[in-house]
Amino acid sequence: MNEELGKDMKARITKVLGGSLHIRHVDTGSCNGCDFEMGALSNPIYDISRFGVSFSASPRQADMLMVTGGVTRALQKALLRTYAAVPNPKIVLAVGACAIGGGVFGETYANAGGIDQFVPVYVYIPGCPPRPEALMQGILSAIDKYEEVLKRGN
Amino acid sequence: MHKEHLLPACQYIHGERKARLFTMVGNDERQINGSFSLYYVFAIDEIHFFVTIKIALSQVDPTFPSLAAYIPALDWYEREVNDLLGLRAIGHPNRVPLILHGDSLGIHPLCKDYVETGLLPQTSDMTDTVEYMGEDVTQIPVGPIHAGIIEPGHFRFGAVGDTILHLDAKLFYTHRGIEKTLEGKTVQEARFLIERICCVCNVSHSASFAQAVESAAGIEISQRAKFLRCLYLELERLYNHVGDVGNICSGYGFAVGSSQGARLKEQLLQLNERLTGHRYLRGTIVPGGVNCDLDEAELVLLMESINEIDVDFQEFVDILLGHEIAMDRMETTGKLSLQQVDDFEAVGIAARASGRDVDCRRDFPYAAYEQLDFAVVLQTEGDVLARIKVRIVEAFNSMLLIRQILSRLPKGASQTDIPLIEPYTSSLGWSESARGENTHWIMFDKNNTIYRYRIRSAAYSNWPVVPLAVEGNIIPDFPLINKSFELCYACCDR
Repeated sequence: MNEELGKDMKARITKVLGGSLHIRHVDTGSCNGCDFEMGALSNPIYDISRFGVSFSASPRQADMLMVTGGVTRALQKALLRTYAAVPNPKIVLAVGACAIGGGVFGETYANAGGIDQFVPVYVYIPGCPPRPEALMQGILSAIDKYEEVLKRGN
Repeated sequence: MHKEHLLPACQYIHGERKARLFTMVGNDERQINGSFSLYYVFAIDEIHFFVTIKIALSQVDPTFPSLAAYIPALDWYEREVNDLLGLRAIGHPNRVPLILHGDSLGIHPLCKDYVETGLLPQTSDMTDTVEYMGEDVTQIPVGPIHAGIIEPGHFRFGAVGDTILHLDAKLFYTHRGIEKTLEGKTVQEARFLIERICCVCNVSHSASFAQAVESAAGIEISQRAKFLRCLYLELERLYNHVGDVGNICSGYGFAVGSSQGARLKEQLLQLNERLTGHRYLRGTIVPGGVNCDLDEAELVLLMESINEIDVDFQEFVDILLGHEIAMDRMETTGKLSLQQVDDFEAVGIAARASGRDVDCRRDFPYAAYEQLDFAVVLQTEGDVLARIKVRIVEAFNSMLLIRQILSRLPKGASQTDIPLIEPYTSSLGWSESARGENTHWIMFDKNNTIYRYRIRSAAYSNWPVVPLAVEGNIIPDFPLINKSFELCYACCDR
């Protein structure tokens, strides 16, 4: 299943982005689970870089943001500043239950919940945490969104 | 006890009786007895005994003497009760708010009369970080968003050339207010939050929670449940240790090592999923027993997989420890002395690699550990190499433990019912995660709901020693030193 997904991904990345897709990760208050599964994408079993995906160190070089965790009080600003640094079009993926809607933590004095209150989200990947295959599927959907936005021209 | 007697009492227990600080909890008990309370829990390992010192603080004068100068580990605890409960430690050397990042708002969310009004405001802007000045000192700020796929924290280095003079680590970015959210939740509801304090220590947190509930309820779980708990706890330790050994290799660009570690860890995660339905074993341990029993076929699969991984991990370790450059990078890097880990009451690998002989599986046996044979691994050098060696041996020990459990797994039920717990009973639960002991302190309210919950994770005890380990090292070695501790931010921040 990974292989098929990967082949699709490679073909779509070549067509839409011209060869490679750069993703920046932002942890806005996750429990580390989604982060670990994103990390797993680079292990020798999934090895997502062979399909043209790389995780970039800076948002300035990124085509997409993958955000994990509900937005905490201390990380609101970091999320907004990272988002501002991404070149247009800014495609954001909400990874996992917390990033989607706050998860089990909900809204507290320290946690605002889902990230779409702060930045526009194109793809929601459910799971706690989403498995690596789900992340790959989500990235594939995000490439479709990227193509749509490019065609629309904004 | 009256707060005037706190200092001599703690000096006696901690200084003379060599008890170690297990946790410190602040609690708003004004509804129950009209005052705030502070609980100082000390553990005396040799006699397997806990001593709790309780002081009451009135609403009119919510202050207490700071002991941080005598027990440096109390630094964070004392600042935390000031942030969240408004209890002020008189004489604390550093009064900057910890959890609230420098904001003295006068709002204390853990007080029972706090009214939930959304996010607390943010007034300060990084005023709680150290500023480095001087002609030769360069200030290097890093984070909270890092270059890799990791959790958030802000590190500020004061460096002279390549050498780190001082590091200020600012954490609590992922503070989600879990302890407050837990209040009023039933035991059944609470378990979902407990499992999400930290994904990669979730079995350990669930075990600490379950044991605290069972001890308050005065019940004993079945033998089968006890052995299965140990099994899941060891599976969690195993994938963490194997993955972390690989991860340390990426601290010095040793690609063979990081790939092998990542591959073996993925195999273990897939094994976890086949056994329990979750790659990180969530939902396995519940109060009263375990939620996931294993059948014969699954036990056979587990045994075969462990045998395979044992061989592969041995080969990986032989390559790593036989590699001259890898050894050179790890030896003498990031040294911590026994005195330093003792002062800050470090636990887990960070402690054992510097010769601090603590492991709550042996010192305060829980689940089935009393019935299992295992050795506590100690090193004395306190450098990156010592920490990786402790991990390696512990990973092999985990495999031995899993084999023992499989050969002796008793038959029987895997769950026991939880009776009604007397309101305002407080209890402790603990377990040894891959990073050290996770201690949970619970006070119950009516109908098995939670009145107050305090989570003291291994990361909370260990983070304060990380800046000590990097002093005098070069900046390019910081990722390596940090990885050698491999502490969770989510566990610490809650």
